[in-house]
Amino acid sequence: MINFELDQEQQLIRDTVVSFARDEIRPHAREADEKGLIPSALIQKGWELGLVQSIIPEEFGGFGNGHSAISGAVVAEELAYGDLSIAMHLLAPRLVTVPVLEFGSDALKRSVLPRFCGDRFEPASAAVMEPRMDFDALTPTTSLKRDGDDYTLNGEKCLVPLGNEARQFLVIAGLSNGTGASHPQAVLIDRETPGLTIGDRERNMGLKALATTRLVFDGCKVPREQLLGGGDGAIARLANLWRVAQSAMAVGVARAAFDYARDYAKDRRAFGQVIAQKQAIAFMLADMAMEVDAMRLLTWEAAWKLDRNEDATREAHLAKRYAAEMALKITDNALQVLGGHGYIRDHLVELFLRNARSFAMLEGFAIA
Amino acid sequence: MIDYELSPDIVATREQLHMLAEHAMRPIARDYDEREHEKPWDFINMTWQLSKNSGIGPGRENRDKTEPRPDAERNLRTCVAVEELSWGDAGLYLAMPGPGLGGAAVMAAGTPEQKERFLSRFKGEKAVWSAMAITEPGAGSDSAAIQTTAVRDGDHWVLNGTKIFCTSGLMAGDPSKSNGFIVVWATVDRSAGRAGIKSFIVNAGTPGMTIAKCEDKMGIRVSDTATLIFEDCRIPLDQILGSPEVPKTSEGFKGVMATFDATRPIVAASAIGVGRAALDFVREELKRQNIPIRYGTAVHKLTAIERDFMDMEANLQAARLLTWRAAWMMDRGQRNNLEASMAKAKAGLVVTQVTQKAVEILGPLGYSRELLLEKWMRDAKINDIFEGTQQINMMIIARRILGYSSKELS
Repeated sequence: MINFELDQEQQLIRDTVVSFARDEIRPHAREADEKGLIPSALIQKGWELGLVQSIIPEEFGGFGNGHSAISGAVVAEELAYGDLSIAMHLLAPRLVTVPVLEFGSDALKRSVLPRFCGDRFEPASAAVMEPRMDFDALTPTTSLKRDGDDYTLNGEKCLVPLGNEARQFLVIAGLSNGTGASHPQAVLIDRETPGLTIGDRERNMGLKALATTRLVFDGCKVPREQLLGGGDGAIARLANLWRVAQSAMAVGVARAAFDYARDYAKDRRAFGQVIAQKQAIAFMLADMAMEVDAMRLLTWEAAWKLDRNEDATREAHLAKRYAAEMALKITDNALQVLGGHGYIRDHLVELFLRNARSFAMLEGFAIA
Repeated sequence: MIDYELSPDIVATREQLHMLAEHAMRPIARDYDEREHEKPWDFINMTWQLSKNSGIGPGRENRDKTEPRPDAERNLRTCVAVEELSWGDAGLYLAMPGPGLGGAAVMAAGTPEQKERFLSRFKGEKAVWSAMAITEPGAGSDSAAIQTTAVRDGDHWVLNGTKIFCTSGLMAGDPSKSNGFIVVWATVDRSAGRAGIKSFIVNAGTPGMTIAKCEDKMGIRVSDTATLIFEDCRIPLDQILGSPEVPKTSEGFKGVMATFDATRPIVAASAIGVGRAALDFVREELKRQNIPIRYGTAVHKLTAIERDFMDMEANLQAARLLTWRAAWMMDRGQRNNLEASMAKAKAGLVVTQVTQKAVEILGPLGYSRELLLEKWMRDAKINDIFEGTQQINMMIIARRILGYSSKELS
């Protein structure tokens, strides 16, 4: 039966994250972007919210609340409302924990999950994207080849969040089946794996506070226990969980830009009245509000399907596509409402716009 | 708790109506588009009997006479039903008998006695329509500017003025068509502005009410759009909806406008039905041509057709979800003024774009009157206009999100 209301537990999570995003994240957004650095005290505070630990079962040291894509989407939206780079940093460990929870063997869960239940932020990440124009997450050129009982990993990844400090990476590579064809496979790689070279920090248009790097795999030996199960369906599901998280973050960024522009328009005077009272501005704001809601409804639909363990490829793909386009349009319009002031780095809207541009390109940056 | 699944009960309604749409509406859709101003009496009588017996049909859903029970999902059910019927044909859906907008106004603002007296007509053997007359030659979106007057004279109200663009005005107002009624907006005190506007129930055939003409239109041609002239049209005092008092504030007008909170999601649902018809057609045609829609594929590998199709589909679903949310809120008794306008503004725009794109994708087939696509494009456009244009709904959204009155933002 149709219902668009979060349950009580989800509302509680949201309220917690809302105030953290407003009081802790947002005040740091500009400086973090300028310096390319997120204060470690802020990351630690974020860790103490328990967003990573909460979905891990008690037997592995977590709070045992279980994993829900809708809850993940709610958290992602609210954190990204504060700041996208900081949100992605805080949620990066989930890029390892969620896939292991869903598709790891018992042994892998036992070896990996407890370290995400400690007192300190545990950096971890996923290496999904590759530095080429025709990149497709589902047909990676990074290759995984059978080598006796184990495997060998070769290739190059880019835009790996927290590449500078993550202790573990989930890598998506093409596993050859011997006939020349390959299918995508997720493997877990330790930072210290011989043959893994971590590149310099990348310089991007936005997401400047988020440290991303390239990773080069040159004959890395991968024990078979480090491969995730679930077959082809696993990667499809992971990709959908990424799409939902990124859509949710796009909603957060778009909403941040909308709120900023609305408040500005209600304050800024021109021709004897505030500019929000002019239709040209008011209609832009109305369109933003409407599309923020539309983005969220589409995102939650895909998340809802994932929580029911149904194939959500169509819904997640459409939600991500829609959200990426709308986030860009909304942040651009928000900047336009501020006019020249929107272009100045004293205001946050140019930051929102630069960050929003990433959504159409990103794969595997966050997981719901 | 978030749930995107329709209840089995609503799904059953949808499936029944889909059969009707596919087998009774689609086959005659083109014919009645070509023969404007002719009425599909066989279809009308058939659907009337069907809705009497099964309780399905817009505004008549789930009307179980033996065991009356409140329908907790009435507005949502109506939206789903209307989408399905409009998938069949938006004009035929609008031409279907039943309470329609006039009935909605009586439901929203009528006394129990008025509800019994006027709504019981829809339980009879013969098809009955009701309609809503708001628009005037000089007052469209600015419904507070209407000039039609209602003056009290002893035991009667006396109406004078001209109403245009009254959907189903012919079927509801002409006694040779049905024993229907028209809810007419008129002012009892022009100096009071919005606060003076009241709605009145005028029965079919009331002396002084003339149906002057029915418009020739771009689309939804089977649905009549009437001009009504009121010349000293006398109606009994008890046929005013709500209180005759003119309040000091515009609260009374807000009450009248609240009808739109219920009807806008329904219009949005109708728009989505037309859009879905076009999208389904394109999907089938692509399948026939062995052109796949590859969801989950990287963006640079998608063809232009795939991108177009995905944009159409995502926009249509966005409009549908906004619509369902607005209806769902109403079912829960929540104020949905903002959400109803969002649904209507989005759906009206989306269906216009989706049907235009579908015509474009199909090339010469899209433009041909051999197929229904070009008709759907013509039918679709009305949803961007009636029950508040896209722009009026954007204005309402803007006022709500900014916290401005109609004086502060106009």
